Amino acid sequence: MNTSRRALIGAAITAPALVQAQTQARLLIIGGGFGGATAANFARRTYPWLQVTLVEPKTSFVTCPYGNLVLGGFRQIGDITHSYDGLRARGVTVVHDWATGIDANARNVRLQGGQSLGYDRLILSPGIALRWGAIEGYDEAAAETMPHAWVPGDGTQTLLLRRQLEAMPDGGVVGLAIPGNPFRCPPGPYERISMIAAYLKRHKPRSKILALDAKEAFSKQGLFQDAWAALYPGMIEWVPANRDGRVVRVDPRAMEFETEFGTRHKLDVANVIPAQTAARIAASAGLTDNSGWVPVNPVTFEARAAANIHVVGDANIPGPMPKSGFVANTTAKQAVAAAAAALRGEAAPEAVYFNTCYSHVGDDYGISVVGVFRPNAEATAIVEVPNSGGVSPRGNLPEQRRLEATYADSWYASITRDMFG
Amino acid sequence: MRLFIPAIAALVLAAPAWAQNAPLAAQACLSCHGANGAGQGGVPGLAGRDRAELVALMAAFRANERPATIMGRITRGYSEAEIAASAEYFSRQGR
Repeated sequence: MNTSRRALIGAAITAPALVQAQTQARLLIIGGGFGGATAANFARRTYPWLQVTLVEPKTSFVTCPYGNLVLGGFRQIGDITHSYDGLRARGVTVVHDWATGIDANARNVRLQGGQSLGYDRLILSPGIALRWGAIEGYDEAAAETMPHAWVPGDGTQTLLLRRQLEAMPDGGVVGLAIPGNPFRCPPGPYERISMIAAYLKRHKPRSKILALDAKEAFSKQGLFQDAWAALYPGMIEWVPANRDGRVVRVDPRAMEFETEFGTRHKLDVANVIPAQTAARIAASAGLTDNSGWVPVNPVTFEARAAANIHVVGDANIPGPMPKSGFVANTTAKQAVAAAAAALRGEAAPEAVYFNTCYSHVGDDYGISVVGVFRPNAEATAIVEVPNSGGVSPRGNLPEQRRLEATYADSWYASITRDMFG
Repeated sequence: MRLFIPAIAALVLAAPAWAQNAPLAAQACLSCHGANGAGQGGVPGLAGRDRAELVALMAAFRANERPATIMGRITRGYSEAEIAASAEYFSRQGR
């Protein structure tokens, strides 16, 4: 027998032996969005010895990212809808049901359908809940007239807002009520303003956008405002909180927003983005603090209130990181790696987190904010790496804008494949 | 020594798929550069490129010596060891 044949046989025997030596363990994931789908796919790719179950009520997933391009008419809802078949093909058990409760001591999750699922490690990525009533008059019924389009669900809210924009006469006013920090997707409302403006400029150029904001500054503000002045002059009025921008009451019948100091704005289309908290299951499991969000360990993403439950995605408090799809993706991978290490009795791997948020603001016009983050030396908090990251340069830079628009599209294709492919 | 080389080659060939997974520091690259760094649309591929070339490219981005849309902002957040490990991984991926 020559050496290479002997080595081949040796390797063939060794590899399965290694697999058997690994722990067989159950990884349960709640929520099939940017955090949960990433976790499921990454776990199966990287740790085949993990039995992975994903609990997600919806049978397909409509992304928040690129929803604004649907509003602008640049994409169809089908373009941003993803199937769970790819995860099933990877060996993930996908259960379409609502997780209604977590028993952290018994390591058990109850489902609405009556089933209960045990786990060795839990990844919780439940997303956000809208704070109905935080703005007086804004409840689920009001959202049928004044859509939020911020939790896409099956896409109904996004399509409702799109139809309203299509039905609006030229010369109409589109109002947006924008919340204070923190909230899902900090640049999202401003990309939305941009995409609506792109649509109006083409089809209803006499129309206006009135953006009423509960804060005084926003993500990539200079870049957005430069673009608005260049691409949509006179169309967009952004009103910060200190100029009476905070919407405190809405009247869906009269189609009015009322601000803190009593100004009433009559609108033709009204988009209300309400304040948010972690999804209800995080609160009912006792994982949230007074802020309504879940504090987490900066290295393992385990909830401070329950080791063994890793909370990723928009439901947690990610330090200086934004509530973005990219952050959900990068932290979900670290959380799974930390869970796998814990199951093997090993220390969690060294963490580095990454974010890029692209925004489309017009045809061939993209801008971005980048951040690289790590736990601090004491592992008590997450900090941004000094001298890294930041926003796109300002100025008249058409090639930079064009490239960033194409990179945004590449990001969307790549990250959704990383989640669902 | 002559016999040692095929033995290693056989081990690499027989290595389980997960042994070829991207290191954690390189995972974020996949979210724009595509699965295994194969490239996606206008974002260039990293797979199958020379390790030293990739390391030099990242060093140039870090030092602002090469024009960049966003890679300068990104590379300044990573350590040399992370860049070396990522370059090693991508250099081993098929184009």
